[in-house]
Amino acid sequence: MEQLFDLAQTPLRELNQALHDCLPDAAESVWRIVNPKGEHAVACGIDTPADVQIQGHVGYYCAGMNKQAHVVIHGNAGTGVAENMMSGLVRVKGNASQSAGATGHGGLLVIEGNAAARCGISLKGLDIVVRGSVGHMSGFMAQRGSLVICGDAGHALGDSIYEAKIFLKGKAQELGADCVEKELAEEHLTFLAALLESAEVDADASDFRRYGSARCLYHFDIDNADAYA
Amino acid sequence: MTTEHPGLRESNLFNRDVIHEIQRAAREGIYGIRGWGSKRYLPHFDDLVFLGASMSRYPLEGYRERCDTDVVIGDRYASKPLHLKIPITIAGMSFGALSAQAKEALGRGASAVGTSTTTGDGGMTPEERESSTQLVYQVLPSRYGMNPDDLRKADAIEVVLGQGAKPGGGGMLLGLKMNERVAAMRDLPPGIDQRSACRHPDWTGPDDLEIKIRELRELTDWEKPLFIKIGASRPYYDTALAVKAGADVIVLDGMQGGTGATQDVFIEHVGIPTMPALRQAVEALMELDMHRVVQLIVSGGIRSGADVAKALAMGADAVSIGTAALIALGDNSPEFDEEYRKLGSAAGYYDDYQAGCDPAGISTQDETLASRLDPVLGGDGWQTICAPSPWRRRSLPGPVVNPTC
Ligand SMILES: Cc1cc2nc3c(=O)[nH]c(=O)nc-3n(C[C@H](O)[C@H](O)[C@H](O)COP(=O)(O)O)c2cc1C
Repeated sequence: MEQLFDLAQTPLRELNQALHDCLPDAAESVWRIVNPKGEHAVACGIDTPADVQIQGHVGYYCAGMNKQAHVVIHGNAGTGVAENMMSGLVRVKGNASQSAGATGHGGLLVIEGNAAARCGISLKGLDIVVRGSVGHMSGFMAQRGSLVICGDAGHALGDSIYEAKIFLKGKAQELGADCVEKELAEEHLTFLAALLESAEVDADASDFRRYGSARCLYHFDIDNADAYA
Repeated sequence: MTTEHPGLRESNLFNRDVIHEIQRAAREGIYGIRGWGSKRYLPHFDDLVFLGASMSRYPLEGYRERCDTDVVIGDRYASKPLHLKIPITIAGMSFGALSAQAKEALGRGASAVGTSTTTGDGGMTPEERESSTQLVYQVLPSRYGMNPDDLRKADAIEVVLGQGAKPGGGGMLLGLKMNERVAAMRDLPPGIDQRSACRHPDWTGPDDLEIKIRELRELTDWEKPLFIKIGASRPYYDTALAVKAGADVIVLDGMQGGTGATQDVFIEHVGIPTMPALRQAVEALMELDMHRVVQLIVSGGIRSGADVAKALAMGADAVSIGTAALIALGDNSPEFDEEYRKLGSAAGYYDDYQAGCDPAGISTQDETLASRLDPVLGGDGWQTICAPSPWRRRSLPGPVVNPTC
C-alpha cells in the first residue's frame, strides 16, 4: 500500500522517522511525497527497500546516505543530493545543484538534467550518470566509482583524481591536476554500456572518452610540483 | 649567544636548528612533515596561577568533601546527551595515524574513567566501538569510511572544520602507514602518500553548515549531540557561527594541538594559542547568552590537572587530550630511548608519527611494532592519569576552579 506524505501538512521529521522505522529486511514499501517545496534532508538516511517518489523540487541533501531505497525526485535537487549514498538508486528528473553524489560509496545516481559544480566530488564507489553537463571541479579527488557525463564538463574535471573513472561524451573546458585521458578498452565499453542501460540513458558507449589519474601525485616528490600549476 | 666555546656566537636567527632545516630542505626538496604539536614557545596555562582561598573565599576540605566532576555534554538539541564523569575527553585521532591497539587502549581507558573517546580521519573501527562506552564519530572533509550505520552507532557526532595544529589544512597519511586495512577503510590504493581534503565536499560556509547539521540530525533522529570542532584561527567569529549553525558543543583546538602528520611550517606558524583562543570563544558564547548552554571543549597542550582546572576556570566545560594520552600509553618513554636513537631521535624528542616506525607501537601500522602495545595494559596506564584528576582538582580551591565545586 502506498504511503502518502504531504509536506505542506506533515513535518519533515515525521516523514523521515517513518522511513527510519522501516527495518532493513522489511518487504518493499511504496511512498509518495508531495509538496516538498525545497525542503532540506528529505528522505535521508533510508535503509529499507522502499520505492520513494518525490513530486516537486527538493533542497539540500535529499536521499543523503541512502541504502537500498529507490528514490525518484520529480523536480530539481539542491546541493548534495544523495551525498554519501551507500546503495540503491536515486534519480533526479530535473537538474541537480552542486556536490551531487558527493562521497557516495555505492549504488547508482542518475541525473536526467544537468549537474552543477563538484558533481561526484570525493567519490568512493558510487556510479553517477548525468544526461546533461556538469560544472567545474567535478570528480575532484574522486577515489572509486564512476562519473558518466553525456554533455560537457566545466573547469578542472577530475582534479586530483585517484582511482575513479570518468566517461565524458562532450568536451571538458579543462582537465584538473593529475587527470589525463586514458584508453577506452573493451572492458570499459562493456562496463559503460551496462551502466548506461541500468541508468536508462540512451547513449552509445563508444561515443565517450575515458579520463582517470596519471598517478603522478600519489607520492610527495618535489619533481611533481609542476603538476599543481 | 655563548656556547661551550666562549667567543663562538650562535646566531639567534640562523641557529643550529635553522641551519639543519635549510640543509635538509635543500637535500630533500620538500617541506618537513612531522607529528606532535608546536615546539616553539607559546603563551600557555603555565603563565596563569590561581588565587587560593582567603578571607573572602571559602576553601573545600581536600580529599574529603564532595566535589562533582561530572558534566553533561550536548543537551541543547540532542535527546541523548553525553554524561561524562570527568571533564577530560579523548580527542579524535585516526585509525591510520594510530594503531588499532592504541585506539582500543584509548577506548578502554576512557570507558574506565567514564569519559568519551573520538574516532578520526579514517572511520570507526570495531575495536574502538566495542571498547568505548561513549564514542564521538567525526565527520571530516575526507569522509573516509563515512557511513550511516557507524553514524547511528555513535554516541555523538563531531563535524571537524579544522585542527589547531593546521587550521585550514587537511590530514596526511604517508605511504608507510597506508597498509591494506587502512587503505581499504579509506577506499584508496595502499602505499600512497594520502592527503585528506581540507574543505568539506558538500557545504561551504556557515549557512550551508546549518543545513548539513540538520541533515545529520535528521539522519540520526535528533538523538546525538552535535559537536563542531574548530582549529583556533578566528575563534570569536567561528564560535558565534558554530552556535548559529546549531552546534550542541564546540570543540576548540588551539595552536599547540597535536597532529599525526602535518607540515612543520603549518604547525609552528598558523593559528592562535589555546589560552587566548579560549578567552575569545568564551566571550562569544557569553555575548550570545550561550555560555554553558552550548558546551565548550578546549584542547591543545593540556598536560595536567592544573591545565584542566585553568581551562575550566577560564570558561571551558571540558577539555580534550591527544598528545598527553599518547604519552601515558608510552609515547616518548625513556624505555625506548635506544630505539628512538636508531631512528635519529631520542626519548623526549620523538615526533616522527608520520613515519610509522614508532617503537612504542602507537603511531604505527606495522603489526610487529603495534603488537608491543597491549590495549588492556595501555588502557589501564592512561586511565590512571585521568582518574585522580577529581582529586587533583579538589586540591585546588573549589570556587576558583568551577562554581559547581
Ligand atoms: C596522532 C594524532 C592524530 C590525530 N588525528 C586527528 C584526526 O584524525 N582528526 C582530528 O580532528 N584531529 C586529530 N588530531 C588532533 C587531536 O584531535 C587534538 O585536536 C589534539 O591532539 C589536541 O592537542 P594535544 O595533542 O596537545 O592534546 C590528531 C592528533 C594526534 C596527536
